Amino acid sequence: MIKNMEFTGKIQESIPAMAVKVAVSRLIGAASGRAGHSGTSLPGKVVLTADKRIIGRISRKYREGTVIVSATNGKTTTSAMIASILKKKGLKVSRNREGANLKAGVASAVLADVSMTGRPGSEIGLFEVDEAALPGVAWQCSPRIMLLMNLFRDQLDRYGELEHIAGLWRAALRSLPEETITVLNADDPMVAGMASVRPERTIFYGIEDAGAGGGKMQHASDSKYCSECGAALRYEAVFVGHLGMYHCGSCGNARPSPTVQARDVRLGGMAGSRFTLVAPEGRMEMEIKLPGLYNVYNALAAAAACMALGMDLRTVSEGLADFSAAFGRVEKLSIEGKAVMLLLVKNPVGFNEVVRTLMIEPGRKTLLLPLNDRTADGRDISWIWDVDMEVLAPAVAAAVTSGTRAWEMAMRLKYAGVGPERIEAVTDLRSALERALELTGTGETLYVLPTYTAMLALRQEIHRHFSTDRELGDLVWK
Amino acid sequence: MEVKLRIAHLYPDLLNIYADRGNIIALRRRCQWRGIGVVLDGFTLGEEPAWMDYDFFYLSGGQDREQNLVCGDLQQKGAGLEEAVESGAVLLSICGGYQLLGEYYRAADGGTMEGVGLFQAHTIAGRDRCIGNVVIETTVTGSPLKLAGFENHAGRTWLDEGQEPLGRVINGHGNNDQDGGEGIVYRNAIGTYLHGPLLPKNTAFTDHLLRLALEHRYGEGVELAPLDDSLEEAARQAALRLGG
Repeated sequence: MIKNMEFTGKIQESIPAMAVKVAVSRLIGAASGRAGHSGTSLPGKVVLTADKRIIGRISRKYREGTVIVSATNGKTTTSAMIASILKKKGLKVSRNREGANLKAGVASAVLADVSMTGRPGSEIGLFEVDEAALPGVAWQCSPRIMLLMNLFRDQLDRYGELEHIAGLWRAALRSLPEETITVLNADDPMVAGMASVRPERTIFYGIEDAGAGGGKMQHASDSKYCSECGAALRYEAVFVGHLGMYHCGSCGNARPSPTVQARDVRLGGMAGSRFTLVAPEGRMEMEIKLPGLYNVYNALAAAAACMALGMDLRTVSEGLADFSAAFGRVEKLSIEGKAVMLLLVKNPVGFNEVVRTLMIEPGRKTLLLPLNDRTADGRDISWIWDVDMEVLAPAVAAAVTSGTRAWEMAMRLKYAGVGPERIEAVTDLRSALERALELTGTGETLYVLPTYTAMLALRQEIHRHFSTDRELGDLVWK
Repeated sequence: MEVKLRIAHLYPDLLNIYADRGNIIALRRRCQWRGIGVVLDGFTLGEEPAWMDYDFFYLSGGQDREQNLVCGDLQQKGAGLEEAVESGAVLLSICGGYQLLGEYYRAADGGTMEGVGLFQAHTIAGRDRCIGNVVIETTVTGSPLKLAGFENHAGRTWLDEGQEPLGRVINGHGNNDQDGGEGIVYRNAIGTYLHGPLLPKNTAFTDHLLRLALEHRYGEGVELAPLDDSLEEAARQAALRLGG
């Protein structure tokens, strides 16, 4: 493990030049903030045009190095969990915000707290990076930890095929200095296979509890084939999508044995989950306040990354216990006196996990499903047909669909087996929320499952037009 | 006599990208709502259907690795599939499935993958992907009908002289982004780049294929009971507006 990573000097530059860039980024940040834009990526975007290596110049000066997190699912939640653990150690963390996870967003984050001479105010960098943007960011940062969690089918209209992303990740891994520790999910065949790029200094994490998943492979499964020989993989246990315990019957390639493990996983529905964290350092009971097995994965990934940074089990456990959900992932509040649960859905695997968790809760449910097709949601909404909505259908008391593609979601529910008399499509979000609250009986919970931009818009509507038991934070996150 | 739609789903485990199972869900439900039985059998690598036992064949797209696996195996199935199509069975192939049924596919590196040759068309990999909402107008149902979907393909497909496209592009890229055609029709076999999936919201097209498949088994004059498609029609209208 390396600490106090040295500034290599290879990309040294004069202090005045740095001062100009920092000043420019501040001005842009301030101006765009005043104009009412979130502006989180703009300063970085502008400075990057003048200096393509600005991320590396600054991030290499973090006393405790940089942690990079990438995945299809769980980047934001896991980064927030890591931040919560780092906070327990009193570390000052420089972080980018979700939606600002391309190169410009990371550049903006590193520029946000530097002095005019380019000295960072933070002690550690923690950046979640878009899957496709990983090579462009990784080589600059010389990260201390590179955490790669999973590759699922997500927005193929934007990213191209999984194989393509996997290729980008392998390129990113090849660009890393020898000291970087890669933390990989043993349970994702494609991600675990990346260890072959740099077998040294790799830590695997995984769920070591064959009973933890439903056992059945969900429909929206990718990467069911051996990354070495292409033969179909055999699964002894399936946890989330194609994540599980697998081996190749043909070439002998198998899931690596994880050094950081979740054992004895106990899912408690919406209330959260418990598991035993087992690592070379010892074992400890972990409690997280987020539902679903996917959040056990997020917590396990955060734990593995933090232990690679040298954190002890107690700090990890306290940091995870303190953690409350990242923006919009899971949020409970009361609107107009009715209990409401907000659960972000952005791709089939995430949605299936939400479905699985909802089905643990007893009784029939009232749902609000806002589906948007803006760029950040994925313009191709066909993915809703990969969601196992059929599992949810019998438990639907009433469903209001909304957003730019309200009718598509309504139709999906109908074909899943929800009676058309129980489905209403209300394109306008505010009216849809009003209607859904009306349909929610006293003492019942309204479950709201929006896509990303629908979540942003919905929060604005709630903030402006509805009475709630508390303020919704971070309304302008973008 | 119980009326049944007999579907053979080719490579359901390998070619299942872009939620194409939505097409199967649509067929099943629309039969179920009308009291029509459904036989749905899947056939993967090395498994040969009894071709004349089925009236509806379905082949959709996959990722590159899966399509490479399928390509060789499909050669073995080509003759049987062609016989079924010549006898009037319905075949719906989407995206990669459509490409594999053509004469050949030329990759960006110049390598050529031989197709089944059921469709007189070939595909050449392009540099940019054709991505976006798409609207086409087809006359396969007997009168002009607009279909809405989403396309995402790097291949540019060119039909041989005299071959009939499924429709004309109103908005989007279509077969090759140049000649204005989208998909192909040969007897009751259809190739198209429209996913989204295609069948749930384009119900007139779906019922047309369903009728053809049933007529293949039970003879002409099959009447389908009308369904309340107001939700589907609203979704189609909304998608048509998006696609221009």
